[in-house]
Amino acid sequence: MIKNLLSAGDLDRTDAIRVLDTAEELLGVASRPIKKLPTLRGRTVVNLFFEDSTRTRISFEAAAKRLSADVINFSAKGSSVSKGESLKDTALTLQAMGADAVIIRHHSSGAPHRLAQAKWTKGAVINAGDGTHEHPTQALLDAFTMRRHLAQGGDGSLEGKNVTIVGDVLHSRVVRSNVLLLQTLGANVTIVAPPTLLPVGVDRWPVTTSYDLDASLEKADAVMMLRVQAERMNASYFPSAREYSRRYGLDTARLNRLPDHAIVMHPGPMNRGMEITADVADHVRSVIVEQVTNGVAVRMAVLYLLLGGAADDTSTTEGNA
Amino acid sequence: MVASDDAARADTANIPDTAHTPPAAARTVLDDQDISRALTRITHEILERNRDSAGLVLLGIPTRGVHLARRIAARMSEVEGRTITAGALDITMYRDDLRLKPARALEHTEIPDDIDGKVVVLIDDVLFSGRTIRAALDALNELGRPKAVQLAVLIDRGHRELPIRADFVGKNLPTSLAEQVKVRLAESDEGDSVAIAGGAA
Repeated sequence: MIKNLLSAGDLDRTDAIRVLDTAEELLGVASRPIKKLPTLRGRTVVNLFFEDSTRTRISFEAAAKRLSADVINFSAKGSSVSKGESLKDTALTLQAMGADAVIIRHHSSGAPHRLAQAKWTKGAVINAGDGTHEHPTQALLDAFTMRRHLAQGGDGSLEGKNVTIVGDVLHSRVVRSNVLLLQTLGANVTIVAPPTLLPVGVDRWPVTTSYDLDASLEKADAVMMLRVQAERMNASYFPSAREYSRRYGLDTARLNRLPDHAIVMHPGPMNRGMEITADVADHVRSVIVEQVTNGVAVRMAVLYLLLGGAADDTSTTEGNA
Repeated sequence: MVASDDAARADTANIPDTAHTPPAAARTVLDDQDISRALTRITHEILERNRDSAGLVLLGIPTRGVHLARRIAARMSEVEGRTITAGALDITMYRDDLRLKPARALEHTEIPDDIDGKVVVLIDDVLFSGRTIRAALDALNELGRPKAVQLAVLIDRGHRELPIRADFVGKNLPTSLAEQVKVRLAESDEGDSVAIAGGAA
């Protein structure tokens, strides 16, 4: 197993399936009378959040606490970062306090890599979203949710499943991690977005791209709607919100054209009425709330696999065992 | 239990004789017939001791403990004339040696019934240091409050490191620390057997 989780591309197929299998077992902990395992007792996990987050931070916090780790929450607002403290000095401070894992969300792409590679912290670094780059645990929980609905009893992969990802691909770290992980797990990914919201170089991604949502619905096993990230938009990418939702929004009419087994996903937070209508968001085939539940189990699995075993010396030699 | 202790003592009397034979790679001490007889006896001992099978929950410890638990449950169903299912209790997250090795994959936990107020019978293949059972007791503690916990093992090889003993033993097998006890069960290996490997001649 790897030491840090910086990118969904760090996981090979064995590691990815291992995380998902572990999460499958850990999901049962949530239904027990005592929702706690003693595994990470005495370990300290720091939530280092430079950017706002509801789901991811709470999810990581709940995951770490269910494994009995001590959790320190750090948000840039109200800390010395607002006095101008650098990422390096913040990291060195956390290291001095003995953090075994740092879960970092940062508005700059690559900040977790910098933190891990510069060795400012000895603990494991887990990327919880960096700029428009990656969000590997979201991809893992998405794959986990798809696997539970679409690939029961298989070899644990998503071989041959068709996943359609729709929306603001340009600003989405979720889509980048999902594309990497879904490719590792053998799924076919179709990306649907207006031309202005497709990044440069998307032709080199292992995906099919399309500008037409209606054409990609009939064969989709899962449809993942992405949030239109207005806070990252410094230009007009589409004429109006109404036009966007008419061409790229998921409404009941489009939902009815999906195959009967298909599921609707959204990484959250949703803009109801923009990329997804309220009817679809609350529809029985929408697994959006379930994704959040699964997120805790997947993050427990990641924390357990990164922190639960021996320190790095043995894990690097036997890591592939 | 008296009967089983006597049987166990009679068994151990044979060990020195076989120990003088040249050290083979692995020495088989139980074959499939022996394992089958031991499990049948353990089944009856569990029922005799507890009288009422309705208040029993059988939990195997992965991987081979689960196979044994299923076999005992099948025998118990026959005797009692109703279906008794065995569960599985993964103890990985409760181990005290987690930090000594890379993180291990988890096994499946499946609790067939509410364990509150029941008699839980833990089932494992080999009882050695007792640390696995200690972890299992911790795991049980968080699942509920059983009326009592009993332990059934196919092999007791000694060398306890904790004050833990088995209530039902298939065979007591005195071993040296250098030896390894290999339990093979048809569900996960080729055929049923118990063998001792390694150790000084």
